[in-house]
Amino acid sequence: MEPRELSSIMAQNWDLLKRVERRSGVDVKNCYQCGKCSAGCPMAFAMDYVPRQIIRLLQLGFVDEALRSRTIWICAHCQTCYTRCPKEVDLPRLMEALRQEAGRAGLVTDKKVHLFDRAFLGSVERYGRVHEMGLIVQFNLQSGQPFKDAGLAPALFLNGKISPFPSRIKDSAAVKAIFQRVRSRGGAEH
Amino acid sequence: MKYAYYPGCSLHATAVEYDISARLVAKHLGLELWEIPEWNCCGASAAHNTDHLLALALPARNLAIAEREGLDVAVPCAACFNRLKASQVAVRGSEEMRNTIKEIIGMDYQGRVEVRAFLDVVVNGVGLEKIQGLVTRPLTGLKVAAYYGCLLVRPPGLTGFDDPEDPQTMDRLVEALGATPVPWAFKTECCSASLATSRTDIGLWPIFRILKHAKASGADCIAVACPLCFLNLDMRQGEAKRRFQESLDIPIFYFTELIGIALGYPPKELGLSKHFVNPLPLLESKEILRHPATRRETA
Ligand code: SF4
Ligand code: SF4
Repeated sequence: MEPRELSSIMAQNWDLLKRVERRSGVDVKNCYQCGKCSAGCPMAFAMDYVPRQIIRLLQLGFVDEALRSRTIWICAHCQTCYTRCPKEVDLPRLMEALRQEAGRAGLVTDKKVHLFDRAFLGSVERYGRVHEMGLIVQFNLQSGQPFKDAGLAPALFLNGKISPFPSRIKDSAAVKAIFQRVRSRGGAEH
Repeated sequence: MKYAYYPGCSLHATAVEYDISARLVAKHLGLELWEIPEWNCCGASAAHNTDHLLALALPARNLAIAEREGLDVAVPCAACFNRLKASQVAVRGSEEMRNTIKEIIGMDYQGRVEVRAFLDVVVNGVGLEKIQGLVTRPLTGLKVAAYYGCLLVRPPGLTGFDDPEDPQTMDRLVEALGATPVPWAFKTECCSASLATSRTDIGLWPIFRILKHAKASGADCIAVACPLCFLNLDMRQGEAKRRFQESLDIPIFYFTELIGIALGYPPKELGLSKHFVNPLPLLESKEILRHPATRRETA
């Protein structure tokens, strides 16, 4: 990072930071940087900033850095950090809010994870349930890896674990309506 | 005892053996399962990554149907359990949220009926004594690493039925079935969940570590209570083995399959032939499929 002047950074990012705090219910000042969250994080090995550093970025006003990080996409929401944090900082919720904000701002660093979530929800909205096979095919094509997991497919088929036909619920309109009502409240854009 | 049953999408697809064995075992133990009619997907992590309200509303529709019947809900999938429970807690805790959810799902939902993990229903609802009394084929000599993963026991304020760092429910269960639970450090380590599908390159490492530590602790097999954990540890085991050049070969069981074996069901009927890592050689080498009276002294 270039040297930057902190008080103006904070002023520029104030509204964004408050929005992330409101959406996640996390007050970033609560964190005293002990690092316990990051010591136990199973995904830290693949992150660019460990969870503690994400909070530090926010505390200093570097919201854009946090939004551009790989970390927020790699967090598996395993709840280890939240369970162990002495200050009960809900990091998984914070990661969630940052992902949503990054999606809105067009700053998606991990396209694959984002595509997967969208394909997943698309399936739920269409059928009311996830059609695993359709989801995997769509995800693999859109993420440019058409042969991913192809070796696993025959056994999955033979054992009746994936089907070319989606299982849809009769009342799928009820589920579509849930998506629509959430959207009309300004959420669930995908 | 009658419960509303929420199988979730995986149990109708990649985790079909979990559904089969759960239903068989429930019947045997006197649990009546009423599958929530027209249930919909809980939204899983994709929903809460996208929108908080959506993540609460999708599970709520299912819970509202169960509530109309006045039945507590039994959930075999740990990830669905966590989402359903989060929705119930949010609605119970705030009138404002109750009204919002009601508007979004177009149904009344008060958060009255309980949401319970199927493991909790079996162990704490039916009780270990009763289960032990029904065992005809004890799992003698089988060393089991009970793997709980994340969402069954975390965060504890939400899940609330076992310790988040060193849970015991499944350990006590396999013990009641005649097997030996091994102590190990990776009981609640995350398997990377859906990241193993969206970012397999990253997800394989946590999977490998869990398998490796289960083996190192002397376990013959791993018991799980979640379809996502199963998929990652069973289906991706071959890939993990190739990537990290280490022989793993450790069968994975749903806890319901282990109960089914101990209750005397044939492996095929439980869906054991559908696993990627074939568990039958292990069961044969321990002579578990034989009647106890005809077993050699192995223990
Ligand atoms: S464990 Fe909690 S207080 Fe400690 S660094 Fe992590 S978030 Fe901050
Ligand atoms: S919830 Fe995310 S940040 Fe927290 S320990 Fe798990 S993977 Fe790490």
